[in-house]
Amino acid sequence: MSLLEIENLSLAIGETPILKDVDLAIAPSEVVGLVGESGSGKSMTALTVMRLLPHLARTNGRVTFDGIDILGASEDQMCALRGDDIGMVFQEPMTALNPVKTIGEQVAEGIRWHTKAGRAEAEERARKMLDRVGLPEAKFPLSRYPHELSGGQRQRVVIAIACALKPKLLIADEPTTALDVVLQAQILDLLRDLVAENRMGLLLISHDLAVVTEMADRLTILRRGEVMGAGDTARTLSDQFHPYTRELALASMHVPARPKTHLAGSAKPLLEVESVSRDYPGRRKSLFRPAEPIRAVNDVSLTIEPAQSVALVGRSGCGKSTLARMILALDKPTAGAIRFRGETITGKAEAELKPARRDMQVVFQDPYGSFDPRQKVEKLVAEPLHLLEKQPARAERREMVAHALDEVGLGPSDMDKYPHEFSGGQRQRLSIARAIITRPKLVVADEPVSALDVSIRAQILDLFAELNQKLGIAYLFITHDLTVARAMSDEVLVMHEGKIVERGRTADVLDNPRSEAAQALVSAAPDLHRAIARRLQEQG
Amino acid sequence: MTMRVDLPEETLAGVLAKAFGNRSFLIGFAITLLVAAVAILSFIWTPYDVTRLVIADKTQAPSPAHWFGTDHFGRDILSMIMVGARNSIAVALVAVGIGMGVGVPLGAFAAARGSLADEALMRVNDLVFAFPALLSAIMITAIFGPGAVNAIIAIGIFNIPVFARVARAGALAIWPREFILAARAAGKGMTQISVEHILPNIATLLLVQGTIQFALGILAEAGLSYVGLGAQPPMPSWGRMLFDAQTRMVTAPWMAIFPGMAIVITVLGLNLLGDGIADILDPKSRRRR
Repeated sequence: MSLLEIENLSLAIGETPILKDVDLAIAPSEVVGLVGESGSGKSMTALTVMRLLPHLARTNGRVTFDGIDILGASEDQMCALRGDDIGMVFQEPMTALNPVKTIGEQVAEGIRWHTKAGRAEAEERARKMLDRVGLPEAKFPLSRYPHELSGGQRQRVVIAIACALKPKLLIADEPTTALDVVLQAQILDLLRDLVAENRMGLLLISHDLAVVTEMADRLTILRRGEVMGAGDTARTLSDQFHPYTRELALASMHVPARPKTHLAGSAKPLLEVESVSRDYPGRRKSLFRPAEPIRAVNDVSLTIEPAQSVALVGRSGCGKSTLARMILALDKPTAGAIRFRGETITGKAEAELKPARRDMQVVFQDPYGSFDPRQKVEKLVAEPLHLLEKQPARAERREMVAHALDEVGLGPSDMDKYPHEFSGGQRQRLSIARAIITRPKLVVADEPVSALDVSIRAQILDLFAELNQKLGIAYLFITHDLTVARAMSDEVLVMHEGKIVERGRTADVLDNPRSEAAQALVSAAPDLHRAIARRLQEQG
Repeated sequence: MTMRVDLPEETLAGVLAKAFGNRSFLIGFAITLLVAAVAILSFIWTPYDVTRLVIADKTQAPSPAHWFGTDHFGRDILSMIMVGARNSIAVALVAVGIGMGVGVPLGAFAAARGSLADEALMRVNDLVFAFPALLSAIMITAIFGPGAVNAIIAIGIFNIPVFARVARAGALAIWPREFILAARAAGKGMTQISVEHILPNIATLLLVQGTIQFALGILAEAGLSYVGLGAQPPMPSWGRMLFDAQTRMVTAPWMAIFPGMAIVITVLGLNLLGDGIADILDPKSRRRR
């Protein structure tokens, strides 16, 4: 018998239909993946099961959990279910914990509320649970606060809270999206073990097909609130019965065409980074001793040649972004020198940097945060034009903006819109338009596609590749996603704890990683091909 | 799935629609408009001349001839309140102007520069902040002599640290955002970024603080006039009228009630207006009132 059964579920918020006739079932100790792009209704399905929908939501259909009619249950019944029989893990470990309470209090809270256990007993159980999720007492006493933990550790606490009462069903909404691949693999392992131990049902919500394939026994694919395909994971994906399933699978494995690859050593370097280090002031341990500085970037050297595409990969916090900022002259190195087109840019005044800045632009990760919400596209995209020797007249400027928009696949009419009128993928196009408007020689892209859906991701990667081929722009891709590195770069640099530990041609490094850090990254990276093959093999 | 709740469109029509649905904004706006209209009207017409003393009519209770009664010199209280509104608004407006004009650039500069400049500016700010408005006003008027202009300057100086703080706090939240980094990568300097990106993004904050300071300015002016440091006779002022009414509370209560009401209503209106603006311009506000 199914643990959770969703039948013909329809949901509308106000006048907007969100879900249409969704069916889904989960049996005990089964992992079901719910896949779809943003706005497809994945999270809304989860919130319906928890009955945590916004006020204006109207539901239709049937949701039964363990014999209880969820849609008809009273709020008191739901309160008893939530956190006891149904646990939930959210995407953002940074905000899912209450910053003013210790982790012990937060894990014990649910135990005390639902079991009416005393403080001592609840804390003892909380302790056991934290041990179980890999936060041992010696290093992580109950009295730790969330801010003292890293992202992966916080997600472990969130999982401990959700699983403390051995729920029959765990809903995990993008539990690893905010984490790097190595942490992701660890968290997925933990979830898999917990499912096996407690005969728990797991509803795993993700936009990442590879992750879901590795984890789920069955999967359901959602698109615009409708089920596009459902069934056994391996079969659904290998048969690709539904065109949308095929589309999704292809998009997640997409490799843009780059006929002209660039081999190192064929030209004079465009960018040279020479034993650059960056220290940040550390925490003072004593009043009388000076604080030990923290070395974020440690003696890094690299070169990029014109039209070459280089990927800088590494786990979060390894110093990738700090290095990027120094290359962009937004941050000053503690030691070392950075040369762009043969000229040293470190330590130069802002006015002298103008020519260098003109040829060096940046694309950021978050397409939502990288635009001033109060300005129109024309002004936003034209921002780097300010670097030109001669300021273009208004008409000429509009012309240039229109041209840049055209190059990234947007129309001239988009010029008079505000950023919020665009979708995430379109905003990333705007971001690229802004970066190429001055015809730069180098574009630094900091996780440019990690916030995007797979199909949009494929389009943006194509766009990057096209601009590289057409305009000969060199790239420095900063990413923790090896598929991006593989798809886009000629050369890969692996960074670990501030140092570059491995470098070489992309295929060489990713196929035969030699350093420990690179091996960890490669083995942890989810791979759709591999996952499907393994699934099929398991089934014989 | 990323649960990205998009901000509602901030078009003019959208903002107007929201404004008309917001009760506190509507009430506040109506009151503020009324006070402003009365002040403007007083330039061309008041029921009686406020500088003419008619001793025969002194301390008359409200009547059809004098709706709000007369004071101890026989002046019509309604007319005095009308002219007083002009005075109150002028003082508060200029004082807010001084506070914004000096405080916002200081705050924005402190946020942009950070470290030592920030620290130094903000500590000086704290020093000014430590003196209550009335005290600093008394200090200034003690040096330069009482009068409406000095009162304005005094209240304005009190406003500087308030706006500097709000501007700095708002700007500090904007500076680490990626679009600022993008602007820096485009080679824009501190001043240009502050003007083009920071100010428009903290404008709401400043506008709301502005209405609050405006209300406080009116109160401060009333307070200063009450202790005799604000507008000088024969120029009527709400605070002065209250002072005059003090000894006649029992025999001529209307002398205190009407100017008091004028102050209360104006301040209430401005506070509601500020609250309303904050609600309307804050896309995340789901508050219902």
